[in-house]
Amino acid sequence: MHARADASTDAASWPEDIFAILQRFEVRQVPYVPDAGHSQLIERVLGEPSMRGIALTTEEEGVALLLGAWAGGQRGVLLMQSSGVGNCINMLSLTQIFRFPFLTLVTMRGEWGEFNPWQVPMGTSTQGVLELAGIRVLRASHPDEVREVMEAAASQAYDACTPTAVLLSQRLIGTKVFVK
Amino acid sequence: MSKANLLNRRQVVASLLASRGDAIAVGGLGASTYDIAAAGDHARNLYLWGAMGGAVMIGLGVALAQPKLPVLVITGDGEMLMGLGSLATVGLQKPKNLSIIVLDNESYGETGGQMSHTAAADLVGIARACGIADSVALATLDEIAAFAARMQDVSAGPRFANIKIDAANLERVLSNRDGMFVLTRLRGALGFPPI
Repeated sequence: MHARADASTDAASWPEDIFAILQRFEVRQVPYVPDAGHSQLIERVLGEPSMRGIALTTEEEGVALLLGAWAGGQRGVLLMQSSGVGNCINMLSLTQIFRFPFLTLVTMRGEWGEFNPWQVPMGTSTQGVLELAGIRVLRASHPDEVREVMEAAASQAYDACTPTAVLLSQRLIGTKVFVK
Repeated sequence: MSKANLLNRRQVVASLLASRGDAIAVGGLGASTYDIAAAGDHARNLYLWGAMGGAVMIGLGVALAQPKLPVLVITGDGEMLMGLGSLATVGLQKPKNLSIIVLDNESYGETGGQMSHTAAADLVGIARACGIADSVALATLDEIAAFAARMQDVSAGPRFANIKIDAANLERVLSNRDGMFVLTRLRGALGFPPI
């Protein structure tokens, strides 16, 4: 059920690029709702003593957590899937009220050869929803651009307190393959 | 609405904060924020006027970032009900310095006193079942004073307390509602300069 259509199921290099940048920006709290596309990064976070991986029951918890982290002097990043963006809408108000460094990395579903029609509505509206909520959206579609996009996103989020989402496209992650 | 045997929310919160020391207090949307404001404005207060369901998670983020400081989340039953999953998240992380206090009037006081689910749902049982072993119901001001003293111990949390309070709507005591001001002031109190 969790197979992917390309080689990215084996240790891919782009999650390592993300992890290295999060370390360089001294990110400490990493709330997440699990997603296959984030699994390699989550493993790295849970194995890193300077970071705290925090499993959530629903994605909006992570928005609130990142405000608290910043109030206490720490940076964080929220890992989720595109379907979780819709769960966050009201809680994203916090990014405008408190102008804290908000960064989320969103693995995309519902695009690029999606098998499951249930993923398509939220996947199609993910970018629009984020932008309507006042979040700047960047996208990475190829492994060799992840580092550059993450650099830009982390810089504007952490240095300029500009709330930012990076969409990691389904083309990058690999389409989920459903087998009987 | 008043019942003689239920506690006055302002007295409860004043007692919780009377000897707060260095504690950080997060106030949930609605009357809980007014109660904290009524107890006296403080640089280590973080008032919420929205983000319903987020108070416990904000408290968790602060608590993990500042493990040596007591962190108190004071919120209402309606706000807590909207973020019940966050009790499971706290139960997994087990921050030793976090205390969650719910002022439970079994109603949505801010919107006209409509009934809430805590007429049936047992928040203490929910919190305990989520892995917060130190989950209690407090019924007297003596118990609340004892709990306030325990909150200062940052090696024995997390803890959860549910307090049934009188549902009477009290005069609003408006806290500051400029998020940037409150956040910058709190961070400043902790030694963090503006960016």
